[in-house]
Formats: sequence, structure tokens, C-alpha cells
Amino acid sequence: MTIFYKIKSKPSQYFVSVISIIITSFICYIISDYLGYKSIALVLLLIVSLLAIVFDFASVLIAAILSALIWDYFFIPPHYTLHVDTTEDALMLIMYFIIALVNGVLTTKIRKIEKITQLKEEKLKSIKLYNTLLDSISHELRTPISSIYGSTDNLLNNQKNLTEENKVNLITEIHKASERLNRLVGNLLNISRLESGNIKIKKDWCNVNELISVVISSLEQELKKHKVEILIDEQFPLLKLDYGLIEQVVINIIYNASIYTAENTTIKCEIKIENYNFIILISDNGCGISEDEIGKIFDKFYRIKRTSTNGNGLGLSIAKGFIEAHNGKIKAFNNELKGLSFEIRIPLISNEIMNLNTIKNEQ
Amino acid sequence: MSNSSILVIDDEVQIRKLLEITLSSNNFNVTEAIDGKSGLLTAANHPPDLIILDLGLPDIDGQNVLKNLREWYLNPIIVLSVRNSELDIITALDNGANDYLVKPFRTGELLARIRTALRLSQSFTTSAVFEFENIKIDFANHLVKKNDEIVKLTTTEFSLLGLLVKNEGRVLTHSFILKEIWGVSYVEQTQYLRVFIAQLRKKIEDNPNQPKFIKTESRIGYRFIS
Repeated sequence: MTIFYKIKSKPSQYFVSVISIIITSFICYIISDYLGYKSIALVLLLIVSLLAIVFDFASVLIAAILSALIWDYFFIPPHYTLHVDTTEDALMLIMYFIIALVNGVLTTKIRKIEKITQLKEEKLKSIKLYNTLLDSISHELRTPISSIYGSTDNLLNNQKNLTEENKVNLITEIHKASERLNRLVGNLLNISRLESGNIKIKKDWCNVNELISVVISSLEQELKKHKVEILIDEQFPLLKLDYGLIEQVVINIIYNASIYTAENTTIKCEIKIENYNFIILISDNGCGISEDEIGKIFDKFYRIKRTSTNGNGLGLSIAKGFIEAHNGKIKAFNNELKGLSFEIRIPLISNEIMNLNTIKNEQ
Repeated sequence: MSNSSILVIDDEVQIRKLLEITLSSNNFNVTEAIDGKSGLLTAANHPPDLIILDLGLPDIDGQNVLKNLREWYLNPIIVLSVRNSELDIITALDNGANDYLVKPFRTGELLARIRTALRLSQSFTTSAVFEFENIKIDFANHLVKKNDEIVKLTTTEFSLLGLLVKNEGRVLTHSFILKEIWGVSYVEQTQYLRVFIAQLRKKIEDNPNQPKFIKTESRIGYRFIS
């Protein structure tokens, strides 16, 4: 039956209906010596019912008419004529036709109801998802807003009692909160771009060496208390990638590493090419995460349990989306340094890799 | 340089207030306009030394205000907008913006950009020799020296450096540089730009991976800062 389910186009549905009726009738005709013509009606009715389960009403109607005619012509005595002798046979023929049709109508109805229930369930599910999303977003928004509101309120109404040092502390909190809000808005925009399928990847030649140093300098503040190790060949070839997306991915992962690991730990970023695969390996020697959380960290708004930080649970799901837009894969694992590693693997084709020497020789 | 006049065209009162406080406390004379039309009018009546322009204006789109201004206004225009897509930034630069800063911005960064733009617009140096830190560029003789030692540059490298230096402080878009140095048919051939920028950095920067002079503006282009 699963094969029939795939037959969506009307003409092929009609064709299959007609063929199945003809074949069944043919088989019945061969064995008609052993089978009374009334039993044959039941066999044909069975075929029409089966067709009704998978096909549209029109195909069932065709099958019903055709099988009624065939039954009448070949099986109801007198044979090879549409003429019906007895009232009983005439009644049976009419009933046969009505039952076949009712069958078709009922199954079509049942299918419609099934579809509606399914749609309703999906709608309920999406409403639930939407509400969880809104909950998470408003939580993420309210936290920095509370911090800004509280700090400014304090600064405006409690000036006399605040020491200079505390004033500076409050202002720093306001600054941090606004940075957090700004990051959240950026992340939300990226998430909605991903969800709406609105990511158009624009591949262009990238100097990965340059990309990595831009990322590191843009995270200068965040990485102040960490050691950063970059392993990349100075002659690393140019690659065709979406610069903006890959930059965002590396920023998100290194940023995460910087906020989830202790001071003075090392963040290592290794870049290489293996069998036409562009590989970015980012590892820290922090404390890793539990194995059962590893599968969840790419989920939207998921945050690992042990720490409270500035993360908003979106960075990694954005990274995953951007890498998948490149047909690539991203995975996380606890490494031999007991920290966490991220491995990104993007498949490339040969004309998406260009050795630097090719260009030097040209000019 | 102090007391330069700056016109702020922005419809958001909070942003205007922030800019007013920041700029006037740094000795700039600030005038404000709340939409494109009044911005154009104010600029025409009292041409300021610099304009800070928002793109999302209620009446005329900022890009059109920019185009309109550039028909006659020669002083620096810095675009300050929440729009951060490649397209918006590149369009604004193509329309004649000297610089582009995305909101939210660091006031220190904005002040630095304003000062650079003003300094460069006031000093029309077309001198044959240009010196910064440990680098000396002699345009007449096609010569570059670093720490008094000659740096061997190819013709292309020299033109590239020249283009960047002559547009100091300005973001030059990828396609603009490619067109200027390699020609119109090379506008899409970003691989040349990537390689030659890397080579140039190796030759003149102390640390090519943390460049001080040739800055990368992600997705947009490059900017030279001395």
C-alpha cells in the first residue's frame, strides 16, 4: 500500500484503478468455474474498497462503475451481455454499485477528518513552541533590562549614599547589560533568518588567516584573561566560503569558550584542510560538560546547567545553522584536556580551494 | 579643530540627546535635524564641517539624503545607523559616505572617526612623501622604507598601498579597490585582493596577523589608519 500512497497525480491514480479492476476480473474469470458470480462481486468490492483507502473519490468512482459493468457483462448470467435476467440480480447490481460508492465516500471522509486532526495537533504544537520561545525571549530580555532599570534608579535616586566606586560599578553593569541586549537582538535576528530559511549563502574567496585574526581582535575584551593559541599554516589557501557566516560561527564558539571557562585557561583554534574538508577545531581546557548535555547544547535557548553566565543559549544553534548552510557539520565533544572541543567540517570542491602561489605566479 | 560644527540628522530623540551631550562635551558645535527634509535644509543654510546621518528617517530614506547631499556638500558625512547588512553599508559608502558606524556604537569610536574625518578633510596633503610611524612612502620615486630600510614592493602592491594611504581613514569597498587597481573586469575577483592585502601586510606591518595600518572591515573592505 505504501507504494500506492506515493501515486499523487490523478491520471496515474485512474490508471492504477482501472488496471487493478481488469486484472482482478481476469483472475476471477479464469477461476469462475469454481466461484459463484455472487462471490466474485465480493472480490471486486474488496478491490474497490482497497482503492478507496488510498485514492481520491474520482478514481474510486471509475473503479466502481467499471467493476459493476464488468461484473454484469462477464459474470451475471446471461454472460457477455449487460442484460440482467432476474430481479434479484438487478437488485444486487444496483446494491453493488451503491456499496462501492458509499465505501469511497466514507473513506474520503475519514481521511479528511484525519487530516484536520493532524493539522490541529500541529497547530497546538507550534503554539506551545511559540510560547516557550516567547518565555525564553522575555526572560533573556528582562534580565538585562532589570539590571539597567535597577542601576539607573539607584544612580538617580540614591546618589548621596553611593560611593564613587559603587557608582562606577553600577555604570559598568548598565554597560554590560546593554551589550548583552545588543547581542541578544543580533542572535534573535540570525535565528529568525535561519528559521525562515532566509539564509542565502554568498560564497567568496576568504583568507582564513585574516578571518581568524579579525575574530580574535573583535573578541579582544572577552579574551583578555585567556590564552589564545592559533594553529594555521601561514600559506593556508584561499577558500570559497561565506565570510560573514563563518566569522559569526567562530566568534560565537570562541566567545562561548571565553565565558564558560576560568581565567588563564587556554583556547586553542586549529585550522586545516583534510581531503577537501575545511576543518576548524576549537578546544578549551576548561571543565567540559556532561555527556548527556552534549547533544542538547545546539538546541535553541539551551544553556548548560552548572554556571550562570552572559550566554543566551542561541550562539551555538546559530553556529550549527550557519555551518549547515555550508552543507557542513558541527559537533562537540569532551577532549583529552578535560575541556570542550568543537569540530567544524565543511566539504569543499576542488575549485573552492586556491593556493596562494597560483595568484603570485599570475602577477 | 575644536569647535567644528556638526549637524546630526536623526529622528530618534534619545540618539540626538546622546550625540548632543557627547559631542558638545568634546567641544563640537552641534545642530540637530529630525528628518531628511529639515536636514537637507539646515545643511544648505549653514553648511556644517561634518554631518552625522541616520538612514532610517521618517520622510526620505537616508541613502537618498546622502545622494542629495553629495551633489554639492564636500565635507565628511558619517552614517550612523542600526542597519548592518553588507548591502546597506556598501551602498552608503558608494553613495559618498566617508564612514559608517553601526548602532549601538562606542562614543569613543565615534569621536575617533569624527576626528579622523575632519583632520583628513582639512589637510589636502598631496605631498609626494607620506610618513607614518616607522614607514615612509615616497610616491614620486615609488619607494617604501620601513625602519629606514627599503621594502621591495611589486607595482601592484605599491598601487594598492598608495590607494589605501591616499584614502586614509575611509573604508574602501572590495569592489572599489579591485576596480581601481586591477580594472573593471576584476570587480568580482576577490582572490587577488585577499592575496595582495596579505602580502602587503607581511611587508609593512610589524605583526601581519594583528595589523595596525591596514584594517579589515569584515564583509565590506579595507581601511588604512596611520
